[in-house]
Amino acid sequence: MSVTKKLYLYFPKSETEKPIVYKLVKDFDLVINIFRAKVTPEEEGYLSLDVTGEAADIERALAYLSTLEVSIYAGNKGLHWDQERCAHCGACVVHCPTGALAFADQARRQLGFTEDLCVECHACIPACPFGACTSSF
Amino acid sequence: MSKTYQSINEKIAAGKAVVLTAEEVIDYVERKGVAAAAQEVDVVTTATFGPMCSSGCFLNFGHSKPKMRITEAWINDVQAYCGIAAVDVYLGATQLRHNDPANMYHPGEFRYGGGHVIEDLVAGKKVQLFALSYGTDDYPRREIRTMVGLDDLNQAIMVNPRNCYQNYNVAVNLSDKRIYTYMGILKARMRSMTYCSAGQLSPLLNDPLYQTIGLGTSVWLAGAQGLVYAQGTQHASLVERSENGVPMEGAGTLALSGDMKKMLPDFVRGVSFKGYGVSLALGVGIPIPILNAEILKRTAVRDSEIYATVVDYAEDYPQKTGNTLGRFTYAELRSGEVELLGKKVPVTSMSSYNKALTICELLKAEIQAGRFLLSEPSQPLPAAQGMRGLQCVEPQR
Repeated sequence: MSVTKKLYLYFPKSETEKPIVYKLVKDFDLVINIFRAKVTPEEEGYLSLDVTGEAADIERALAYLSTLEVSIYAGNKGLHWDQERCAHCGACVVHCPTGALAFADQARRQLGFTEDLCVECHACIPACPFGACTSSF
Repeated sequence: MSKTYQSINEKIAAGKAVVLTAEEVIDYVERKGVAAAAQEVDVVTTATFGPMCSSGCFLNFGHSKPKMRITEAWINDVQAYCGIAAVDVYLGATQLRHNDPANMYHPGEFRYGGGHVIEDLVAGKKVQLFALSYGTDDYPRREIRTMVGLDDLNQAIMVNPRNCYQNYNVAVNLSDKRIYTYMGILKARMRSMTYCSAGQLSPLLNDPLYQTIGLGTSVWLAGAQGLVYAQGTQHASLVERSENGVPMEGAGTLALSGDMKKMLPDFVRGVSFKGYGVSLALGVGIPIPILNAEILKRTAVRDSEIYATVVDYAEDYPQKTGNTLGRFTYAELRSGEVELLGKKVPVTSMSSYNKALTICELLKAEIQAGRFLLSEPSQPLPAAQGMRGLQCVEPQR
């Protein structure tokens, strides 16, 4: 059964010239969806992506990545929604293209963030007057 | 049978008052009928939470040794007004931080300003005071730089000339370019729409003819027990109203004051509008005494019976053309999509219904616990008042 996993990879300077994404596709048969990336030769870099494939293949890919000098973080690093800062006004809702930010509780008009739907477009960041949406990028 | 402020307060003090939120009262009246419900219900709690630009606070720092008559002051680099007594200042919500590039590189970010300083103070953070003076015989000190928190101040009194707008415009952008406004980022060619009201929960929409809310009314101002000290600036009661008396545009406003030392951080929040500026989002709750059946009937108003007017913020609003595009009820707006000029438009809000509802519930609990009594206004709000514009004439020699 095919599964999707959201990853955030951080590359030190030593690894920026390796074709890591190529390996993930070719050797582990994964479908890659890159949300955000910055990889510059001679500098450090990051890659925020979804990988879709057989669970076993994803496991093997993670094992491969761990042999490199790459830091692997599971989940969403590209966009952080701060529940405490959110005032639940909904100003972000029309700016979020995927519905990741939406009213989770319609009766109380309480906002919720569905991390899996987030494509890290960052449209919510300037739209939020309360500074509830931030990014590590 | 009609009730009085005194009889309701006696019931509150005895812990016997029947209190409902502005949301609960809708179903209650539908179930019991207006006449029967008016006998039972004593108080309906209303509330709103949203950006309220005409807000600020008077702060008294106490005297340093030697003394100083402060003539210029910055709190966390945000300038405060010092044209009052020696160590009193007024800090306004929309004041930008020193060296903020504003819209020099459009759209500016406006990350920090007066509203954020007020938020920091209420949240218990220390802020930096930098003050200058020219020095006098009795106040020789000419400069000071120190850290202060809310507890260090003698007084920190919020004084807001205009809060709780009765109703508000719904903003769209008909131009080909995205625009940046106090109603948020408005997408080009009407691909988004923003409203800003708590609708059926909002204080002055539950008392549309100002039958109970007036000068001297006790209010819940971000958790502190404050009051209405005057009509708000731009209070304009002579506007178009629906059959139920509810205005379909801005209309009434309230000037509010309260002690910042008693406020709750959740309801005092600095806001940054990209490309526009900074402000303060505030939570306000107002209890409405159910003196008679008519007052109760008005508090049972629903989102589907309250209209708001759509205005183009690219052209008609800034140029003051007076042109409007249409009207929708808050029920339609809250559905998230409306149809205007033959186009389906996604709708969002700047006002938090969620926080307003929480405030209605907090105020209800305060009243039920006998900690919040109602006060009879000493004067009513003006009921038949229009609004002037500014005539720009040649200066006189």
